[in-house]
Amino acid sequence: MKFDKPAGPNPIDQLKVIGKPTDRIDGRYKTTGRAPYAYERHDVVGNQAYGYVIGAAIAKGRIASMDLAKAKAAPGVLAIVTAENAGKLGKGNFNTAKLLGGPQIDHYHQAVALVVAETFEQARAAAQLVRIDYAEGKGAFDLAAARDGATKPEPKFGGPADTAVGDFTGAFAAAPVKLEETYTTPDQSHAMMEPHASIAAWKGDQLSLWTSNQMIAWSAGDVAKTLGIPKEKVVLTSPFIGGGFGGKLFVRADAVLAALGARAARRPVKVTLTRPLMMNNTTHRPATIQRVRIGSGVDGKITAIAHESWSGDLPGGGPETAVGQTRLLYAGANRMTAMRLAVLDLPEGNAMRAPGEAPGLMALEIAIDEMAEKLNLDPVEFRIRNDTQVDPEDPKRPFSQRQLVQCLQQGAERFGWSKRNATPGQAREGQWLIGMGVAAAFRNNLLTKSAARVRLDRKGFVTVETDMTDIGTGTYTIIAQTAAEMMGVPLEQVKVKLGDSRFPVSCGSGGQWGANNATSGVYAACVKLRESVAQKLGFNTENLQFADGQVTAGNRSVPLAQAAVDGELTAEDAIEFGDLDKKYQQSTFGGHFVEVGVDIATAEIRVRRMLAVCAAGRILNPKSARSQVIGAMTMGVGAALMEELAIDKKRGFFVNHDLAGYEVPVHADIPHQEVIFLPEADPISSPMKAKGVGELGICGVGAAVANAIYNATGIRVRDYPITLDKLIDKMPEVA
Amino acid sequence: MKAFTYERARTPAEAAAAARVEGAKFIAGGTNLLDLMKLQIEAPAHLIDINGLGLDTIEETEEGGLRVGALVRNTDLAADQRVRRDYGVLSRALLAGASGQLRNKATTAGNLLQRTRCPYFYDTNQPCNKREPGSGCSALGGFSRQHAVVGGSDACIATHPSDMAVAMRALDVTVETVRPDGKTRSIPIADFHKLPGDTPHIETALERGELITAVILPKPVGGKQIYRKVRDRASYAFALVSVAAIVQPDGTGRVAVGGVAHKPWRIEAAEADLPKGAKSVAAALFADARPTEQNQFKLTLAERSIGAVLAEAKG
Repeated sequence: MKFDKPAGPNPIDQLKVIGKPTDRIDGRYKTTGRAPYAYERHDVVGNQAYGYVIGAAIAKGRIASMDLAKAKAAPGVLAIVTAENAGKLGKGNFNTAKLLGGPQIDHYHQAVALVVAETFEQARAAAQLVRIDYAEGKGAFDLAAARDGATKPEPKFGGPADTAVGDFTGAFAAAPVKLEETYTTPDQSHAMMEPHASIAAWKGDQLSLWTSNQMIAWSAGDVAKTLGIPKEKVVLTSPFIGGGFGGKLFVRADAVLAALGARAARRPVKVTLTRPLMMNNTTHRPATIQRVRIGSGVDGKITAIAHESWSGDLPGGGPETAVGQTRLLYAGANRMTAMRLAVLDLPEGNAMRAPGEAPGLMALEIAIDEMAEKLNLDPVEFRIRNDTQVDPEDPKRPFSQRQLVQCLQQGAERFGWSKRNATPGQAREGQWLIGMGVAAAFRNNLLTKSAARVRLDRKGFVTVETDMTDIGTGTYTIIAQTAAEMMGVPLEQVKVKLGDSRFPVSCGSGGQWGANNATSGVYAACVKLRESVAQKLGFNTENLQFADGQVTAGNRSVPLAQAAVDGELTAEDAIEFGDLDKKYQQSTFGGHFVEVGVDIATAEIRVRRMLAVCAAGRILNPKSARSQVIGAMTMGVGAALMEELAIDKKRGFFVNHDLAGYEVPVHADIPHQEVIFLPEADPISSPMKAKGVGELGICGVGAAVANAIYNATGIRVRDYPITLDKLIDKMPEVA
Repeated sequence: MKAFTYERARTPAEAAAAARVEGAKFIAGGTNLLDLMKLQIEAPAHLIDINGLGLDTIEETEEGGLRVGALVRNTDLAADQRVRRDYGVLSRALLAGASGQLRNKATTAGNLLQRTRCPYFYDTNQPCNKREPGSGCSALGGFSRQHAVVGGSDACIATHPSDMAVAMRALDVTVETVRPDGKTRSIPIADFHKLPGDTPHIETALERGELITAVILPKPVGGKQIYRKVRDRASYAFALVSVAAIVQPDGTGRVAVGGVAHKPWRIEAAEADLPKGAKSVAAALFADARPTEQNQFKLTLAERSIGAVLAEAKG
């Protein structure tokens, strides 16, 4: 189905199932331990051996020698895979560094060997007996030091490296009120609950991989490319995923090494990455240095806005696209953005929840707060004054929907924003200095082809098959809701099968594009199935009702199941998008409001309450959408207050590589969260009229927290995370 | 993890005797030791399981204090009515540590013997004098935000992670032990934990095979008892700085500080300045401080935290 003009009325608009707060249809499997996660799939193939990954002990250099003799002789050892004996390996399209290093080492904890043994404990013990001597090389590990040598990156995801409209320099120089500040965000880890894990089994030249992966087609392709085998020879299965946040968009060492280990040991092999390996072996969100300049008239209208960002990556990697939102969020005739990329020899950077916007808004939305203060304007009012309904770089392109102003206004009202004292450091309750902060949320709506197959059986059950994934987001449920709405059956009569490379290729889970695109693909397939049903049942009108298990036209009503009485009906289709995203700018919007307390003595920062108001198209399942947003808000608090991969700049690695050292919020950190979705349906986005919310929820949270801390204390911190050590010297004297 | 042999001991003397074997270790709750064994930071050849020794009761002593068995779980110690009434600082410190699950498993003796959470100690690719004597200290000149600001050495700036031990230092407890030859002794808590010096791998006064059997809480000293733990997140994190304080109505008292040194940090002479306020106390406690650039904030933080605790004690 080609989607190239705005959606008209369609069966989804009935909203009998779609739009209703719905429990996860897979919830019972998760709470009863019956959802099969990759590492526990003992049942899929017998005789599984265990692989243990050895990570490089240096950040850069070469393996001088490797002695496997002792390890090979250890109890239970079946095989040891190294770059030397693995045969020729390619590199996946989505990988920057090789997944099996050696002799050259590109980053710390790059996999250099897999020890395969009868038991996990034997594999781990034998791994300790592998002796590796390294010739350590010199690397660059400090973004600030490498900044001057940064270059203009090739455009990949996230737009061109440089943009410019009007005369920024002239307008900024002439502006009566201006701000120029630099902000930094640290490297961050996805730190998802389930570590990367895979089981591999070969049958002749056919490889089966049970794994944990967000993008089935990308990854089946990259496994094939890495191993040098045809893509058709790879079956990749990932029905349940214990969190990804972008960390599982790509094939990682667990999958490739499981396949190589299984080949070497001639039996199925399972591999998981240990927690200490995850931070340095896999990808992370790269650190940024961001310079923001804003010029405004005394009327509070922005006349000049510039956002530049520096980040680093391994050679061949990409930048953190932290300037993207600044091209679209606020009006202003004169504007520029720029991204520069330095070569760093830290582990490879890549996408993490709202890549670009998450760190970009952490900087921009502090700058907006600072600018509002310079103008003596309320920060909500300053944002409203600079709203735009068109793409500021190309005013011919309107936003398909844009309710930023409504989000901010409703949020201010619901949060009690009027009670905020604009003068910082004034509100106190006992030992706590209290402050409120606001930030805009913004994340683009990305459109991409997505296919599905639907089947109708003689009992009237509908089965959906697509290689779409559910990374904890609730995909199973919204896909079931879509099919139920389209086919007029109760939710209980829909079965959803996901995450299998033998199914039609979907958009996959990433970039908050999953919900809108994947359900649109299911919509397309259901439209086809409805046509088959109509034909089978001898209806020759387009005015068919599919409801309550019946197909009805005029006075004639036939049970849906009857269409499959001679055998299952199957339909397959994909949603494919035309150029509506060129003609219209499609984005999602929100307002984040945060109240914090800062301990007057210790400068400990604790969030007291949070509110997000989101406008993000039709909300398919308000219950799971809310869960997505509160989860993202929690992650935003982590980014604001504690998350940082600490770099050892001599040895070139992330030091705090476990969940004791890399702190994320715990329950006690998150007392009260509220989410409001504004009514919205965006016919330009898709037939579902939906967008995404999973990333919108994190965008802006960090800055809202930072602005609240400023309001509480009068101390402006521009380097994340905002930990107490950055406040303590400036806190007021206490007795 | 290296293969090891395992036995269950039936009496403290039997356990201590069994520990004569080279590479033997006691295991009780195992909340720290098992993690370290999996990473092969600890590689005992022989484990002596002491969970069957009894030693899990809290009894009143003739002196009016409490004798806490080595195997009393942290949860039980924190919840004991007598502890809550007379040793509030200890109960509060215990509850500020770890998580409910860990406290259910962790024992009194094991808590004292926790090893540092220095991330370089945990990464066997990195030099660490505590893990591998003579290999060097990676934290010095590395990532040292969490590390010691006082009492460290050129060999090691690790901190002791326990909350319980900081309160016990303020209470001046005594550690009772039995040695492989069957002899018992009492070690004042002040002498129990060592500063790193040139031998950071030697962390306590215990000799090889010496088994902790109990911790003696002296007669209650009264006063307001406060434990204040300062950390980046609200729960389940090690202290940046913690303060265990016992403050009497006349303003005198005791202060021990956690998160700043290789052992709970207390200098009795500094306590004379308590009536003068936190600045004087902190100045005396940290006169010999040698912070790194990354952790010098702990000095300000400790002073302000002591101030907050003293204010709370007054109010």
